[in-house]
Amino acid sequence: MTAATTQRAGMPDRLRSVVRNPVVIASIIAIALVVIGQIVSPGFGSYNQVISMLRISSFLGIIAIGQTIVILSGGDGIDLSVGKVATLGAIVGARVMDGTDANLAGGILIPLLVGAAIGLVNGLGIVYLRIPPFVMTLGMLGVVQGIILAYTGGAAAGRAAPFLTELVNTRWLLGAPGVLFVWIILIVLVTLVLRRTRPGWNLYAVGSNRTAARLSGIRVNSTVIGAYVASGVCAVLGGLLLLGYTESVFLNLADGYTLPSIAAVVIGGTLIAGGVGGYLGSAVGAIVLSVLQSLLTTLNMPASHRTIVNGVILLVLLALYGRQRKLRS
Amino acid sequence: MTLGVDNRAASSRAVAWIRRVQVASVVTWGLLAAVVLVNAMVQPTFFTLYSITSTFATFVPLVFAAVAQAIVVIGGGLDLSIGTIVALSSVVALKVMNGSDALIGVGFLAALATGAACGLVNGLLTAVVRLQPLIVTFATASVFGGITLVVLPSPGGAVPPAMTQGFRLAFAGIPVPVWCVLVAVLIWLVLSRTKFLRHVYAVGGDAQAAYASLVPVVAVRILTFVTAGALAGLAAMGVLANTGSGDPFIGADVALDSIAAVVLGGIALRGGRGGAIGAIAGAIILALVTNVLFFLNVPTTFRELASGLVIIAALALSVLTTRKGVVR
Repeated sequence: MTAATTQRAGMPDRLRSVVRNPVVIASIIAIALVVIGQIVSPGFGSYNQVISMLRISSFLGIIAIGQTIVILSGGDGIDLSVGKVATLGAIVGARVMDGTDANLAGGILIPLLVGAAIGLVNGLGIVYLRIPPFVMTLGMLGVVQGIILAYTGGAAAGRAAPFLTELVNTRWLLGAPGVLFVWIILIVLVTLVLRRTRPGWNLYAVGSNRTAARLSGIRVNSTVIGAYVASGVCAVLGGLLLLGYTESVFLNLADGYTLPSIAAVVIGGTLIAGGVGGYLGSAVGAIVLSVLQSLLTTLNMPASHRTIVNGVILLVLLALYGRQRKLRS
Repeated sequence: MTLGVDNRAASSRAVAWIRRVQVASVVTWGLLAAVVLVNAMVQPTFFTLYSITSTFATFVPLVFAAVAQAIVVIGGGLDLSIGTIVALSSVVALKVMNGSDALIGVGFLAALATGAACGLVNGLLTAVVRLQPLIVTFATASVFGGITLVVLPSPGGAVPPAMTQGFRLAFAGIPVPVWCVLVAVLIWLVLSRTKFLRHVYAVGGDAQAAYASLVPVVAVRILTFVTAGALAGLAAMGVLANTGSGDPFIGADVALDSIAAVVLGGIALRGGRGGAIGAIAGAIILALVTNVLFFLNVPTTFRELASGLVIIAALALSVLTTRKGVVR
């Protein structure tokens, strides 16, 4: 794989590695989108507007933490259930909180435990029943949808606790809501855990080569299961923050976040094959996707055209650096 | 592509053939028999002509989508856009036919052409631009879905009456929807004897080895998606015949259901193994599970949970047994 990438001569190595760094490319694209927005519709690039777009990105970004970890764990790892799990988390959270701060702790802890349990089942199925992740989490998608219907009886109840709403919707420091700071802390924390701690190193080792990892004494099974548990927890966390944003809950609140979370990870340069990449890229990927959405909304584009442009731009982004190597290499 | 497939490179065609038979396995057929049996028990009228017609009519689209997905998966890819290709082809055909019986043939051609064109886009992006199929088809699904909404912004429009009525008839004592499933089987049987499909297996098994053995990998990958797209076009005609009107959102569940059908049919998602007959059985199993739950009077709020659990159990069963087959 390295042989193929180093063969393309031309630019000096250092410069090329910076220019070809997906995080750099994605950041440039995000900034370019904001600039285009400012030109087309003055005010799009204003400080408040940017903060507001970042706030929207945070939900996707936090859900994408788990997706990044799962994809890094390799073995065709992917979690198609994150959107539904986030929705379930928000539904359980709204029910437990019931609009009062008194129930806040339970309203956060109980959904997180539910998310962890779903992730645990995913992980156990993938590791011990050896069901491919794509299929296991796809099946889980159906089961979670069923749980949502059985739990709510078709109508969601409850409200977000005022504290949660305030965290997401009220400007706090530097005109930014608390949720942005939560996200920034998470970005630093997740990056540190991935790069500087044993579980993080184990994850990369397991993702790049399971056999080698096993032979080096890494507990591959628990690492993989842990990755899916983390994904369930992060999905619920994203769902809870989204609940703070919307205050009341719908039965399909976060369903649409699954595929964008995968797209964010890919745009951020994490290899679908596992073992290569990091969370910072996914966070920038989430920002790119959210800015793109706001730009298309600002342009007053009808929903149909918006989905077309969305898809085309995603393809262009991927073509820029998501290309796989040639067969003849 | 990944480790662990390298030993498959050496396998001769004979071995590949044995594997193919073995994988279209006992479990798939066992599950199908079980679900048919249970269905017959809970629905006494199951074997009447009327009931067979209406049951088969509902799953004809999924059967064609499953064959399409099977070909892509065997070739080592994955197509998340099949659902929106079905939706786009159906609305294009609807517009072309304009409710007139005389234009049904043109409608078929339009659906096939639309499906094939969408497949061509997928194929070029995966094979020539070399992007991962999962992500490409996710993105193109959004593009095709948007175009669908441009063509038909809201559900409506009338399908030629001859099409909807003909779909409910019986021909030589066998209902037309059953014929449609037989046609899907026949299409697969013909395809599986072609050089193209042998190449698809080779590419799905090990693209590097296939390339080294002078298989035109890029062309095969493109053609794989084009074939799948055309089959999705046929699925679209099934949708129109069954529902009698157009719906731009019709394909929402088709992509994931077709993947579930493929796995139930014993086709490894890694590619290179399995056959579409299994996927057809898988599609039928999926449809009948829903049917059974309906006739068992499971409360609506629990039906989805029950169907999810049944499907996950069935998937686990078919995956587990497929793995054993490989070890042996």
